[in-house]
Formats: sequence, structure tokens, C-alpha cells
Amino acid sequence: MNTILLALRNLLRNRRRSLTTLLAMIIGASAILLFGGYSRNITYGMQTGIVQRTGHLQIQHKDFYLYGNGNAAAYGIANYPDIIDKVKQDPVLAPMLTVATPTLQVSGIAGNFDAGVSRTVIGGGSVIVDQNRMRLWNDYHFPLKPQPLALTGTSEDSAVIGIGVARVLQLCESLNVANCPQAPEKQEVAGSRNAPDDIALLSALEKPDRSAKNGTRIEMLAASVHGAPNMAGLNIVKAETQGIKELDDMYIGLHLAQAQKLIYGSGDPKATAIALQLRHTRQIPAARARLEQLLSTQFKNQALGVQDFAKLNPLYGQSIAMFGTIFSFIALLIGSIVLFTVGNTMSMAVVERTVEIGTLRAMGLRRGGIRLLFMCEGFLLGVIGAALGVASAVLLSALINQSGLTWIPPGYVVAVPLNIYVWGETTLIVGSAIGLILVAILSAWWPANRASKMVIVDALRHV
Amino acid sequence: MQPDTPVLLKQVGKTYHLDSVDVPALSDINLEIRPNCFTVISGASGSGKTTLLNLIGCIDRPDHGEVIVAGQAIRKMSDDELSDFRARHMGFIFQNFNLLPVLTAYENVEYPLLLAKVPAAQRRERVLSLLDAVGLADRAGNQPGQLSGGQRQRVAIARALATAPKLVLADEPTANLDSQTGAAIIALMRKMQREHHVAFVFSSHDPQVQAEADEAVFIRDGRIVNIERHEESEVLA
Repeated sequence: MNTILLALRNLLRNRRRSLTTLLAMIIGASAILLFGGYSRNITYGMQTGIVQRTGHLQIQHKDFYLYGNGNAAAYGIANYPDIIDKVKQDPVLAPMLTVATPTLQVSGIAGNFDAGVSRTVIGGGSVIVDQNRMRLWNDYHFPLKPQPLALTGTSEDSAVIGIGVARVLQLCESLNVANCPQAPEKQEVAGSRNAPDDIALLSALEKPDRSAKNGTRIEMLAASVHGAPNMAGLNIVKAETQGIKELDDMYIGLHLAQAQKLIYGSGDPKATAIALQLRHTRQIPAARARLEQLLSTQFKNQALGVQDFAKLNPLYGQSIAMFGTIFSFIALLIGSIVLFTVGNTMSMAVVERTVEIGTLRAMGLRRGGIRLLFMCEGFLLGVIGAALGVASAVLLSALINQSGLTWIPPGYVVAVPLNIYVWGETTLIVGSAIGLILVAILSAWWPANRASKMVIVDALRHV
Repeated sequence: MQPDTPVLLKQVGKTYHLDSVDVPALSDINLEIRPNCFTVISGASGSGKTTLLNLIGCIDRPDHGEVIVAGQAIRKMSDDELSDFRARHMGFIFQNFNLLPVLTAYENVEYPLLLAKVPAAQRRERVLSLLDAVGLADRAGNQPGQLSGGQRQRVAIARALATAPKLVLADEPTANLDSQTGAAIIALMRKMQREHHVAFVFSSHDPQVQAEADEAVFIRDGRIVNIERHEESEVLA
């Protein structure tokens, strides 16, 4: 009869109470794990969205991240095809790499001059075939069905814009954009109502007939590498929501060749970044080290650096930190509930078994033996509660994942099935289980200590 | 004092502090328990029988005086040393049997042997032999809840003798039993005491039990008033 077995039998003695305590622990463990799984869903969802768009790593001019925004011309990478070739052929990088593709950031003014409207835009030029391949990355097995980009198979002068840009440029109707309210008519200039009728009529005739326009052609004006303005006519093929209003209001996506013509004219085309997508996110440190080595040895004439997706997307890190804090808060809350539940159960057990404690002590069991016995009971409650809690969370997460619930994760523009990641999340499961077991042991410590310090004769006299 | 004297008490006193009132439980107790002897401590309720038994059993400490058990003064022993000492040298039988309800009869008898770290094979042999001796070999797998009062007390006797102690203490062992079962238990204790050559000390005010004893210690108001040995009587107060 070892202590563990004796502790187990003592727990089975008052089955209802032990079961109630276990139920509290199971619910607590499930809640922690399900939230942890949901949090993982958000992390992986954001990561997948970012990696599909911009890759894991980007080779950029070393100052581009801090100073290059809006001044792409000054921070272009020359001979970028050579760099891409080297990277693709590198024996260390090649096995890790899925896509290496150039991008060029552009900014300027887009105008629908037929409608007499314009606005500033920012976006990028990219190789659409490569971008479509990047969208296939799905290391976390999201139930996604990536669609080809709207620019796929289109002419070089084609472009996509954000919904907000379409709204301002009055292209909603032409592009069949739903839920795109028409811009309100401008207020008449004060006093114009007092103008003579003939003048007012002439003024109305001079206004452009916006409602009659139905084209999807816009002009984009940008500063070229030499500082002179350059203009390109673009055929808008689609207006897409970008998930964030600020981006919706200024996004433009072009073919790389078109963007390069706009910025570099007839000069040597450059790229502001080379996006590298890896097979797995965990390969980032190794790939980065190798890239830095390559750049410093073979392309040292250019001041290039490597940035990872987390650095390039601060919202990603902020979101993870926020969910980490919420997770810690929930875990603390549930830990406290478990602490008091187990503590209460053990305290009641100590009171009920006072005579037994006196008997064991009289027979020669040391104080430490009594303490160990009750702490073993706490430990067993923790182990059983954690095990059943994990099983329950895995089961519930599987049910949720099969239920067909959908939601729009941060950074997404379409609803995706809700996936709670519990099974396979070893760190989350083991960490939560160990935490729960430690809390159960800790909560048993106080009653166990009290039991061990009982005066034997008083304990034997207890009624 | 004989060299193998199991218990010797010298000028022992014990006072309980109840709130702000001091209640003297024992005063000037001088007592020698002889080896292999069946000793009964008798007295009215509140006379100090249980306190005296607790001191002899090393589960309580005197306020003053010396308690020497198995040749060792318990005063300087730490709590752990005293626990180990009890595990080696003492057996206890309680009025309410005090068997562990989650253990079978076999496991209850085995428990003191586990505390004494006796190897498994020896444990098994010893437990089966004791259960056989108390007539409960066929009840080894029963839990206390499945046994009668007399059977539980027989398991308690077997448990008390498990580690072959020098001294077995029993506090009113027949108080919760009917007279017939009580007599059977006394007879069994007597038999075991003789077979195992162990000193039995128990408290009782049952005249039938006193008649069975080799030695009867009478106590009143915390003082020993009479010790009867066989047919001789020594009046102390």
C-alpha cells in the first residue's frame, strides 16, 4: 500500500465531493485550453495571411524599413534578378524556399479625370504568378481555398484598387462594388442661390456629367527616380476590400513591370524588396543567417538587410502580446478558482479524517508522511483533473471545428471556418496541465500542513 | 527497575490548559510496567487514565518528570524520532478500533510493517500469521465496514502486534463491544500477550477485565492510589 494508492482510495471515499472538485478542474482546464487554442488560431491565421502576402523574410535596402516609405525610388535594389537567382540556387536556402519574388512599393496620385476626382494612393507592383504561388502557403492547415489574384492573366496596365479608392474615384458602379455609397453632392457655395437664374443655369451646364461616366480607366501620377513626375494610364479590373479601412482608402496593386515603368521609366528597373517565402516559419532563423551571409559576401556593394514578417508587421506582435495577456489573465482567474476549490476539498477531508490522522501519527507515521499523504491527494486531483480537462478540451475543439462556424480573422477579408487548435499544441497542453497540477498541489499544501501539525491526543479525541 | 522494563515513569505530572484555567490531569506519577505483563489502569471517568496511557504510549509529553520507554527517555526525542520510536516499539488498540476505512483487514495489519520498512515477503507472512491467530484469515480482503465490531477489534489487535512491539497500549478496548464480545476480546488479548511475550497496558473500569490482569493500577484525581499485583495489594494513598 504505497502513499499514492492510499491517496487514491481516500479520494474515492467521498466520490461526490471528489467529482465536484474534478468537474471544476475539468471546466477550468477546458476553458484555458480552448481559449489557448482560439488564441493559436488567431496567431496562425494572422501569420498565414501575412506570409501569403509578403513572405517570411524580405531582402530590403537596410534603411528602407525606417526611411523608405513613400520614397521607393531612393531605396531600390539593383540587379535583384541576380540576387533571386543566387538565393534560389543556394544549397542551404533552396530546400527551405518556396517562393522568391520581387516587389516594388509605389505611391502617387490616382485620378479619375473624367469624374474630376483624384486621391493619393500607395501600393505595390508584384509578379502575379509568384504572388499566386505564395497564396498556396498553408502550413497550419487552415481550411482555405485560395483564389487567384484579380490581376492574374491581365494586361500589364491592369490594376486593382481598394474599395475606398473606388468610392472616392467614383468607380463603384463601373466595378460593380456592392455597398458603396455615392459621394454626397457638394454644398452650393454660399450666396450662389442668390445668383440670377441665367447664371445658375450656365453654371449647372458647366458641371461634369458624372452619372454618365461608366469607364474603369484611371491615371496614376508618381514621382520617378529622377524626381520628375511620371504618369501611367491604368485599367482597373477590380476593387477589393483590404480588411482595414485606411488601406481600403489608398491601396493600389499593379503588375511589377508597370510599377517599374512608373518609377524608373526607361532606366534600369529595381525592386524595393525581395519577398522570400519559406516552407515553415521555424526555418526563419536559419534562412536569415544564411541570407545575411550571402548578402555580406556576394552583394556587399549594396547596403542590404533582411527583415522578418513580424518586424514588418508590428500589428502581428501586438496581437500576439494582447492575446498572451488575456490568456494569462484567464489562466490566473481559473487557477485561483481551482486553488480555492481544491483547498476547500482538502480542508474538509482533513477535518473529517482528524481521528485517522491521530491514529496514523500514533502508529508512527511522521508529520512529513501526513503532509505527503494529503499533498498526494491534491496531486492526484490535479493529474486526473488536468488529464480529463485536456481530453474534454480536445473533444470540444474537435466538435467546434466540425460545427462549420465561421469568422473573419484579423487581416482576412473573407470568413474562414473557426478552428480551435488544441490537439497537437504540445506546449499549450503540457504547460496548462503542469500549471493545473502545481496549483492543485499548492492548494493541498496548506490543509496538509495543518494536518501534519495536529496534536496526536487532540486528533484522537476529535468527534 | 528490571533491565527489560518496558515503561518507567518518575515523578510525572501533566496539566491541561483550558482557556485560562489550568486543569491538573496527573500528579507525581511513579510507575513501572513489568515486561510480559497484562496491566490494567482503572479509575473513574476523568481520573487521568487516558492521559497516563498517552504518556506511556509516547503520544503526549509530560510537563515534568521522566518517561522512560524501552530504556529510552522520551523527553529529548524530536517529533520524528518519537514517531519512529513508536513505529518500532509500540502497538495501539483504540476504543473505536480506528482502522483505516479504505484499507482491507490485511492492509490495515500490513500498514505498521510498511512504516517499519519490512520487506514484502516478510510482511505477507507476518500479516497472514496474525490474521490467522486472531481468527480472521478468511476476512483478510474485507474492509472494516464489512466487519462486525468484535472482528474490527481483532484486526486492531493483529495490527498492534504486527511489528512485534515491546508494548501494546489499549484505551478502553471493550467499551464499544457487548459483554460477550468484550470478554472474547480480553481473552484474545491475553492469549496474544502470552504467545507474543509482550507487555499489554490498557485502561478499563470493567471489573471483569481487572480480574484478568496481572497488575491493576488504580488512579483517582490524577494520582495512583493503588497497585494490585496478582493477589497482593500495595496501597499508596
